[in-house]
Amino acid sequence: MPSLNDYLVLSALLFAIGAGGVFMRRNLITILLSIEIMLNAVNLTFVAFGRALGTADGQIIVFFVMTVAAAEAAVGLAIVIALFRHRESLNPDTFKALKW
Amino acid sequence: MTLFYLFAALAVVSSLLVIAQRNPIYSVLLLIASFGALSGLYVLLEAPFAAVIQIIVYAGAIMVLFLFVVMLLNAPQEDTEYDVRVHPLMRPGPLKFGAALAVLLAVELVWALSSAPPASAFGPLPEITVTTIGRTLFTTYAFPFEVTSLLILVAMVGAVLMARREEHSGERGKR
Repeated sequence: MPSLNDYLVLSALLFAIGAGGVFMRRNLITILLSIEIMLNAVNLTFVAFGRALGTADGQIIVFFVMTVAAAEAAVGLAIVIALFRHRESLNPDTFKALKW
Repeated sequence: MTLFYLFAALAVVSSLLVIAQRNPIYSVLLLIASFGALSGLYVLLEAPFAAVIQIIVYAGAIMVLFLFVVMLLNAPQEDTEYDVRVHPLMRPGPLKFGAALAVLLAVELVWALSSAPPASAFGPLPEITVTTIGRTLFTTYAFPFEVTSLLILVAMVGAVLMARREEHSGERGKR
């Protein structure tokens, strides 16, 4: 049986991968996907702790995190569409002006 | 234990490929594979509710939204000359700094966890069914649950407002 620490190490690795994606990629869609990876790493931590403590709270907060992730994805993608319409680009470096 | 390593390896490898892919469509599809592996891990953790909503809500709804936007924008690649020549993960300068930060984060987290006292395997689980979760959600967590509905409403209005094409000719005559 894998222990709690195994799950936490896996979660840490996934979170680091997501953080690295946010730092390194220059594509708005991929950056949003990296944020989703990080949210899922946190979800894994919640479920693992909920299992270790024997409560249902871990799964309940996963439900809330997923709701927030859905809202974030909807608004974030709407912003991406609006930005793409103005500049025909997904590279965040092209959006330097505060107003145009 | 074998299953744990299988799912863990699948999740890590597909997540790495998500940020290494140049085409966002492949990234989205690989992320769905990663979510499938995470769902398997939830099953191993005896959390069937989390496993099912991971597939239905995350892979089924949120990722379809991403895929839809990727196909709508029809800009599959970061396709300048520079991007074709140098892979996004191989570039010099600040990106190296980002990679170093990510590796540092991973090392610190793993170090902190490995210096903690070793955890034993999980004990026996008290019965946690969907019934238990639903009852807790609508009693103890009733207020956050209702606030969540408000959040979704606000997100819906915001998304419609921002993605809407401006019909009139705008104040600055942009369109």
